[in-house]
Amino acid sequence: MNTHVKPGIWRRTGNARTAFLYLLPSVILFSVFVFYPMFRTIYLSFFLTNQNGEAALHVGFENFAYLLESSAFLNSMKATVLFVLYTVPIGIIIALFFALLANEKLKGIGFFRTVYSSTMGISVAASSVIWLFLFHPSVGVFNRVLSVLNFPQIQWLLDPEWALISVSISTIWMNTGFSFLILLGGLQNIDEHLYESSRIDGAGYFYRLRRITIPMLSPTLFFIITISLINAFQSFGQIDILTKGGPSQSTNLIVYSIYREAFINYQFGTASAQAVILFIIILIVTILQFKFGERKVHYQ
Amino acid sequence: MKRVELIDLSKSYDKQIDVISGINVTIEPGEFFVLVGPSGCGKSTMLRMIAGLEEITSGTLKIGDKVANGLPPNKRELSMVFQNYALYPHLTVQQNIAFGLDVKKVKKPVQQKRAEDVAEMLGLTEFLQRKPRELSGGQRQRVALARAIVSESPICLMDEPLSNLDAKLRAHMRMEIRRIQRTLGITMIYVTHDQVEAMTMGDRIMILHEGKIQQVGKPIDIYNNPANPFVATFIGSPPMNLASAKNDSVSSTLLIGDTWHLALPANENYSHPSSELIAGIRPEHLRPATKDTPEADKFYVEVTNVEVLGNETVFSFELGGNEWMAKWSGQWHIDSGDRIPILIDTGSLCIFEADTGELIKKPTDLGNFVFGKEVLL
Ligand SMILES: Nc1ncnc2c1ncn2[C@@H]1O[C@H](COP(=O)(O)OP(=O)(O)OP(=O)(O)O)[C@@H](O)[C@H]1O
Ligand SMILES: [Mg+2]
Repeated sequence: MNTHVKPGIWRRTGNARTAFLYLLPSVILFSVFVFYPMFRTIYLSFFLTNQNGEAALHVGFENFAYLLESSAFLNSMKATVLFVLYTVPIGIIIALFFALLANEKLKGIGFFRTVYSSTMGISVAASSVIWLFLFHPSVGVFNRVLSVLNFPQIQWLLDPEWALISVSISTIWMNTGFSFLILLGGLQNIDEHLYESSRIDGAGYFYRLRRITIPMLSPTLFFIITISLINAFQSFGQIDILTKGGPSQSTNLIVYSIYREAFINYQFGTASAQAVILFIIILIVTILQFKFGERKVHYQ
Repeated sequence: MKRVELIDLSKSYDKQIDVISGINVTIEPGEFFVLVGPSGCGKSTMLRMIAGLEEITSGTLKIGDKVANGLPPNKRELSMVFQNYALYPHLTVQQNIAFGLDVKKVKKPVQQKRAEDVAEMLGLTEFLQRKPRELSGGQRQRVALARAIVSESPICLMDEPLSNLDAKLRAHMRMEIRRIQRTLGITMIYVTHDQVEAMTMGDRIMILHEGKIQQVGKPIDIYNNPANPFVATFIGSPPMNLASAKNDSVSSTLLIGDTWHLALPANENYSHPSSELIAGIRPEHLRPATKDTPEADKFYVEVTNVEVLGNETVFSFELGGNEWMAKWSGQWHIDSGDRIPILIDTGSLCIFEADTGELIKKPTDLGNFVFGKEVLL
C-alpha cells in the first residue's frame, strides 16, 4: 500500500527555485553584458548592415568567406599571431625571472617587489603615452642611447619592420607586473620545508628550480599562460595610441581591425564575423592548452 | 655512526634574547637521543642548528670529530624527518624516496633498487607509484622515514614525526622507528613534546625548558631522580605532587604544605640554612593506610575527584593550595568528599631547594615498583 503522497510540482521544485533566485543577479548581469552582446554579434555576422548598424541583408556565411580571402584580414591574423608569439613567452619568462629574484629573502626585497609589480597600477593608456615618448624618433630615450653609442637610428613606430616589435616590447612591459605578482604569489605558497629538505640532500639552485619550483609552480604558470594568451589576442589600447594599426597595416591586430571595420568603415557585419573568428580562435587555443598543458600540471 | 657534540651552544634570532643557551651535551654514536620539552622551548631550533638550516649564534657544534659550525647541510652527512614530513607532493613515493640519491647522482638502477629495498622494509611497496596526497598520515610518515633511511646517513634527525598520528598508530610507529634505528645503528636525535615517546624510545633523554637544559640522562633515572621541580612535573603522568615544605630540626619533622608533619628518621636532616624547601612525591608512592597502620602515621585527605582507569584508580585532593594526586592499583570504590587515610614514606620523598630548584634528597625507597629479573626465575 502506498501511503506516500507525491508532492506537487510546486513543492518538488522548491530547491531549484531557491537556487535560481540566488543566481538571478549574476544571470541578469551576464545576460545584459555578456550573453546578449555575444549572441547579437553572432547574429550580425550573418548580415550586411546599414549605417546604423542594423541588420539589413542576410548573407549567410558570405562574411566569413569574404574575410578568409581578404588579404587585409589574413595580414591582420598574421600580425596577431606574431604579436602573441613575441609577447607571451618572453613576458612570462621575464616575470618568472623577476619573481624568482624577488622571492629570495633579502633585506629591502619589499622595495623590489613593489617596483616589479608597479606596472600593474598604470593604465594601458597612460603607459602607452609614456612609451610613445620613449619611442619618439628624435627626442626619445632609445634613439638618444643609440646615437650616443653610435648606432644607426631606428624608426621604432614608423618602420613596418620594427613597429610590431616596438608594440610588443611595450606590451611585455605593461603585462609583466600582473604576471610577476601572480607568479610571486605562487612561489610564496611553496612549502619552505621542501627546500630545506632538498638542501640537506645537497640539491643545488638549478636542481631545486627544475625539480621543485617549476613543478610546484605549474598550476600558477598554467593559469598565467592562459590569461596572457587571451590578453594578447585581445590587445587594443596600446595599438590605438602607439600606431593606429600602421605603418602599412603591420600592427593592425585583430581587435583593432574589428574596431576599424565597425566604427570607421561602419561594416558591422564583417566586424562581427571577425569577432566571431577571434572568439573561435581563443576558444581553440584555450581548449588545446587545457588538453595538452594540463597533463603536465600538478595540482595539490 | 657518528658522535654529535654540542659545546656551549646558543642561538638568538634577534641578537637580543637567546632562545636557547648554554647547551653542552655529547650524543654518542648509535645512541637514540630524545630532546623533549614544552612547546616553544627551542627543540626545533636546536635540531635545525644541528642540521645546518639555522645559523649557530655562538658555541661549537662537532659532528664526528670535525667542527661543523659553518658546514652546509649536505656536508654534515645527516638526514632529517620534518614535522610535516615535507614530502614532494608532485613526485611519486618512489621518486620521493629516491630524491636524495638522484641529487647525489646515484645511477638510476641503483636508485630504484635502494628505494625498493627501503620501501620493502617499511611496507610501502604497494604504494610506490602513488602521490603523497593519496596516502594516509601513517603511510606518509613512513615515506618520510624511508627518505631518511635510504640516504644511509650516519645521523638522523627527527622533529616530532609522530605528532600527527592517532594514538594506536603512534604506538606502532614508536616501536618501528626504534627497531630501524637499532638495526641500522644510526645515531638518532629525536625531538618530541610527548613524554611517553621520550620515556619509551630514548636511550637518553634531554629535557629542555626555556632554552636551557634541565636534565640529561636515562629515562628511568630522570623519572626516579628528577633534577628539579620542573622535570619532576614534566615527566610522569600524573605528574609528581609538589608542595612547599619546612624542616624543623628540633622536633625532626618535615612540615609539608603547612599541614602535614612528617617525622623524619633520626639520621636525616635537611636543614639547609634559611632555605625554603619543596617536597615532592610521585602519585604511586602515596599508599593506602591499612587497619594495621598506627594512627600517628596516617594522613587524612578529603577526596575531590576520582578517576577509575580499569586497573588503577587516580584520585585527587588538596594540600597547601596544590592539587595532589594519588595513583593506586586496582579499582577502588572511593567517592569525592570521602575522607580517607593515606601513608607517606619518607624514603620515597624528593626534596628540592625552593630557590634554586636543586634536588637535595633523592628518593631512596621506590616502593614495590622496581623489580630485577631474579624475581621471574
Ligand atoms: N625564525 C624565527 N624567528 C624568531 N624567533 C623564532 C624563530 N623560530 C623560532 N623562534 C622562537 O624561538 C623559540 C623556540 O622555537 P622552537 O621552534 O625551537 O620551539 P619548539 O621547542 O620546537 O616548540 P614546538 O614544540 O611548539 O615545536 C620560540 O619562542 C619561537 O618563538
Ligand atoms: Mg618544533
